[in-house]
Amino acid sequence: MKIVRKNIALVIAVVLITSVSIAQQTPASKQIQTYSIVGATAHIGNGTVIENATIIFENGKITNVTSGNTATKGTVIQAQGKHVYPGFIATNTTLGLVEVGAVRPTRDNDEIGDMIPHVRSIIAYNAESKVVESMRPNGVLMAQIRPVGGRISGTSSIVQLDAWNWEDAAVKVDNGVYLNWPRSMTRGRWWLGEEPGFKPNKNYIKQTEEVKDFVQNAKAYTHGNASTNLPYEAMKGIFNGNQRLFIEAHDERQIRDVIRFKNEMGIQHVVLVGGYQADKVASELVSNAIPVILQRVQELPAMDDHDYDLPYKLPKLLVDEGVQVALGYDGEYWQVRNLPFYAGQVTQFGMSDADALTLITKNPAKILGIDSTAGTLEVGKDATLFISDGNALDMRGNILSKAFIQGRDISLESHQTKLWKRYSEKITGDKK
Amino acid sequence: MFLKKLLVAGVIFCSFIMNGQDYFPANDGVKSKNENYTVFTNATIHTSPSQTIKNGTLVIQDGKITNVGKSVAIPKNSITIDLKGKHVYPSFIDMYTSFGIKKPERPSGGGRESQYDNTREGYYWNDHIRSETRGVDDFEYDSKSAKGFINAGFAVVATHQHDGIARGTGALIALNTDGNKAHRMLDNNLAQHFSFDKSRKSRQSYPTSKMGAMSLIRQLHHDLDWYEKGNVNTTDLSLEALTRNKSLPQIFEGDGVYDAMRIDRIGDQFGLNYIIVGSGDEYKRIEDVKALNRTFILPLDFPDAYDMENPYAASFVDLGDMRHWNQAPTNPKHFETNGIAFALTTFKLKSPKEFKTQLAKAIKHGLSKNKALAALTTVPAELLGKSNEIGSLKNGSWANFMITSGELFEEKTKLHEHWIQGRKTIINDMSINDIDGSYAVSIGGISYDLEIKNSTTKVKGTLKKGTEDVKSEMTYADGWVNMTFAEGDNKFVRIIGQVVNDRLAGKVVLSNGDEQSISVNRIKGSNGTEKDKKVDTPKAPVVLPMTYPNTAFGFKEQPKQQDLLIKNATVWTNEASGILTETDVLIKDGKISKIGKNLSGGRAKVIDGTGKHVTAGIIDEHSHIAAFSINEAGHNSTAEVQMSDVINPDDTDIYRNLAGGVTSIQLLHGSANPIGGQSAVMKLKWGASINEMLLKDKKFIKFALGENVKQSNWQSFSRFPQTRMGVEQVFVDYFSRAKEYEARKKSGQPYRMDEEMEAIVDILNEERYISCHSYVQSEINMLMKVAERFDFKINTFTHILEGYKVADKMAAHGVGGSTFSDWWAYKYEVNDAIPYNAAIMHNAGVVVAINSDDGEMSRRLNQEAAKIVKYGDISEEDAWKMVTLNPAKLLHMDDHTGSLKEGKDGDVVIWSDHPLSIKAKAEKTIIEGTVYFDIERDLQMRREVKAEKNQLTAMMLAVKKKGLKTQPAKKKEKQRLHCDTEQTIH
Repeated sequence: MKIVRKNIALVIAVVLITSVSIAQQTPASKQIQTYSIVGATAHIGNGTVIENATIIFENGKITNVTSGNTATKGTVIQAQGKHVYPGFIATNTTLGLVEVGAVRPTRDNDEIGDMIPHVRSIIAYNAESKVVESMRPNGVLMAQIRPVGGRISGTSSIVQLDAWNWEDAAVKVDNGVYLNWPRSMTRGRWWLGEEPGFKPNKNYIKQTEEVKDFVQNAKAYTHGNASTNLPYEAMKGIFNGNQRLFIEAHDERQIRDVIRFKNEMGIQHVVLVGGYQADKVASELVSNAIPVILQRVQELPAMDDHDYDLPYKLPKLLVDEGVQVALGYDGEYWQVRNLPFYAGQVTQFGMSDADALTLITKNPAKILGIDSTAGTLEVGKDATLFISDGNALDMRGNILSKAFIQGRDISLESHQTKLWKRYSEKITGDKK
Repeated sequence: MFLKKLLVAGVIFCSFIMNGQDYFPANDGVKSKNENYTVFTNATIHTSPSQTIKNGTLVIQDGKITNVGKSVAIPKNSITIDLKGKHVYPSFIDMYTSFGIKKPERPSGGGRESQYDNTREGYYWNDHIRSETRGVDDFEYDSKSAKGFINAGFAVVATHQHDGIARGTGALIALNTDGNKAHRMLDNNLAQHFSFDKSRKSRQSYPTSKMGAMSLIRQLHHDLDWYEKGNVNTTDLSLEALTRNKSLPQIFEGDGVYDAMRIDRIGDQFGLNYIIVGSGDEYKRIEDVKALNRTFILPLDFPDAYDMENPYAASFVDLGDMRHWNQAPTNPKHFETNGIAFALTTFKLKSPKEFKTQLAKAIKHGLSKNKALAALTTVPAELLGKSNEIGSLKNGSWANFMITSGELFEEKTKLHEHWIQGRKTIINDMSINDIDGSYAVSIGGISYDLEIKNSTTKVKGTLKKGTEDVKSEMTYADGWVNMTFAEGDNKFVRIIGQVVNDRLAGKVVLSNGDEQSISVNRIKGSNGTEKDKKVDTPKAPVVLPMTYPNTAFGFKEQPKQQDLLIKNATVWTNEASGILTETDVLIKDGKISKIGKNLSGGRAKVIDGTGKHVTAGIIDEHSHIAAFSINEAGHNSTAEVQMSDVINPDDTDIYRNLAGGVTSIQLLHGSANPIGGQSAVMKLKWGASINEMLLKDKKFIKFALGENVKQSNWQSFSRFPQTRMGVEQVFVDYFSRAKEYEARKKSGQPYRMDEEMEAIVDILNEERYISCHSYVQSEINMLMKVAERFDFKINTFTHILEGYKVADKMAAHGVGGSTFSDWWAYKYEVNDAIPYNAAIMHNAGVVVAINSDDGEMSRRLNQEAAKIVKYGDISEEDAWKMVTLNPAKLLHMDDHTGSLKEGKDGDVVIWSDHPLSIKAKAEKTIIEGTVYFDIERDLQMRREVKAEKNQLTAMMLAVKKKGLKTQPAKKKEKQRLHCDTEQTIH
């Protein structure tokens, strides 16, 4: 046993050294050898934790997750005192669609047009983005990519974050359509001399009618022999249940209208995105089987008289009511790497680490429709997981030594770690 | 109908021709002069708010009062008017209107490019200084608007051109409906006006912010002094006008209580006795307002209740706005009880028509009637230096007075006549007899019962045939009753009659055209008055208590400094003693008195710290909370502007920062220009005044480099610099000129006081420290070299995202770095920003702080520090110092805060957990021994917020039920301010 471990350490050392010397962005190749991670605390992602676990994965799939002494297979990774997590899944992001926020040529997230479900985010996804690679060292290994803007922005897809191109990256293509529900309050354009602040949107009903009209037409289109209509065509999956309709809405009025809309239109899978006031409609969301991708957890309250920690505790308020919740990210795309800490933030309010973990693993997998292959450390699922020195939901514990996507031993290097090493050496003589 | 209209419109007293202009030739007839007197007798004459004459006599001639008193000789050539039972009051004066003066149009075109230079010749360098304006030049009498004022009780208004920062002088206008400009203009160069708002006539960019406007006004006065001393060879008509108008009253319009404080600061600096135009929210900080010791002109534009019927819409209304609705009508009362002098104005009301109701509201909310009258008469007269002409009824004054049915400001009191310059306007005809009562009328053999009500106001006649109602219309004016009713389809009967005593006499025209004369007696008086009695039992309005500050989560009473003993906690000292377990911290008199085991604190309040962590308060080196504006973007250097001019002590983000353990911040200017404005370093004493928060001796200034100062990311191509090359030259230029400026100043020769240069000279002398917004290594290096060339040190590079590339040079220069933990990618110059930056700089020996530049992140700086443990493997203790001791060092405040050391300020946070843990919550945040945030108290406050909102909602719903005006539910826009924020919402 001792000898084996020594050899394995050598193998790991070799792997590490080679991964340093090769270009950081190079995606890992298909899993050939079998890995066994032993001795770690396995955070399954479904609310349970297995101590001293043996996790085995081969051909990209998890084949064993058990506690205690199980026969290992292939390369053994000793991980005593460490923690293994399923790869975190970011939802509601524009990762890979924008590289440098202020530079227009690098922005591919917002197409013109009001109702454009046929516009597909997946083909603009830049698998070689420097921003994308910066996600991986924090354990964010998969993401939903969505277009923004307009009323219906287009379709989202799910990618894994280590790939040569978008086709390789795709985990689920066109999994859903993003709809931005009309706002019940509109903002005075103070820069044009209007009174600042928000007042009731006079066109709210008209705008919701436009949405209904579009959706009804798209539905009618599925029955007929009309000539091709790309926008309607793109909505087909919504009606047969193959695709989700992600509806961004924040206040109570909007959310109640979204629920009614779901039932009136007979749409099977509606996901509420945003949901600042979702706690006021929690039981209806549960009874109508509508899960929620919440807005950014680390956000300021919308009003001066709201509890200072309202956005921090909102996930727990919803979970306590039985709502299925994933933590989304509607802010700056490059901040998505802080997703684990949003989950950590929720633990301040009495939610366990294991339950908070589900908000960025099992729940998003289920909400996105990829739970058969992703989201938890369970036999049969993709070996998309990582090893962390400590609690990965805490900054100080989120130190990754290894990460795998579909069993592939991926690089944890990035443009940023490269610069770190180069300049550490220059400035302080430290070799990292 | 025509006749009625004519009468209601009032006016007309034809025999009385306006005198004056007697040196004008007359070609339309003979020259005639009326020297008769008009005498008002038996009236209760209120000659001033403090003096009343019962059974008094008032004598006027040729528009002026010639005599007033109890026993007054009545000249023989008099017309006498008996005012038995009536009251006479001096007319109101509105000293702040734009009556008859139209706002200038904005120039069309211009595009989106900013315009940096002025457009005028022979005037001040800034187009928004328009002190040469004479309002009277733009004045045209507006009889429609005048009517509104006259009906509301105003006889004289001061008006001026409301445009620009310096607005020039105004005029005093009597609202004489008969005369012409010659009669009406009582003064054509009245008072001199100022505001913070730019002129509509010019697109000149500077100032883009309130602090810029403050600085512009300051510099204007320095330039005036320089000009007056004869140091300028050119002519400046704006400055000359300022000199000319120095002795006039100086009136400065603000918008809110903090403007009042700004105006006061300028007044103090230049010894100017500004009268401040308030906005109605002064009550929130009335003690501070009192301390200004200035006179105010107060508008009465109290907000309408919000329409709360739809709970969804209602949920967007903030408690602060709801409270303002409830409390604003108490504003004048607070002025009165605090002894602050004030005049009242119709300014900000949509129309003077609203004035009466709003004033009644103020009186209902505690303003005394006497004070209200003074604020409308003697006070404005005195402020304008016109006490001998207007504002009271005395010999020689203009005959401007009101005749009322009773005491002024009583709800039922009617204004009968308003005399202005001796000219009468009838508002509610006092000659109208009360004809209320029942009349039996026989028309064409049919008996009708006619019931008349409200004959002295809005008459209503009800006609009945037996028990059957007959639909009818009735008018009553000038003693004539006119009534029409239908008798079958398209058949009408008309009655016309005159009322003499209790008899209605006239004729009836039947539907067939036949006429019949009638004469009927009043049978009985109306009992309509009884109903009125029932309605009016005035209830004292419910006004909710104010808090400090007066928003949600404000304190009912300002928290006090306490001696505190925190027992048995894990104490992060940030000193050589490191992290101490099971240790006590004693805070006494606001200072850390002892740290050790088993301390006893005498009468200090004991807080159990078991399981808790105690640290020094977090200090945010780069903050933009608690500010009304961030950037003055009008020039490429704005070293003269001061963030301390725009502190918002009511910003809820202060409270939220406290809830994140933050005790001190540097409120920095933005990054719109290479040389930005002067910082405000402050402690977050929620509820305290600006002065209590501000650390005045901490002198810092913002510099900036990179894309923002080059204006790379928006459409602007005309301002220097557009490249990093140009940025260097801006610095070299300013430092060179500052050296020359200082040399001249020291030489004893006369010099033009330049607020901008003063700030730069302070930098050269290391009396003011630079915190420079910076990104890429080239520019960072450049600024250090420029500083070295001028022999001073840069204090801090803030953001400093590529600091790691030149950390060795930074250490050698001795500059600190205050950076983000992990921000990048949002623009091109942060392409190489890495989260390891702090670690590398730290390892190179640079003092490193982690800052926020963001109102959300600032309340989690403990987590941002924890990221430095993750990225770059810095020890927890060193990481913690990056948000406490190190920023204290960079802000030169580590001698009194930043660590837990005996003798330092008691700026302390008690955390629920290890402070770098994701689970840690600040439970108590203490500044100088005062607990400003307490997580338990916060829970109590949440309940109170909910209850208070509920109470106010019910009150607003009641208002709506009563049929009073409401406004739609609105949510105020809270702008998140960052370095890049160019424009702030006002």
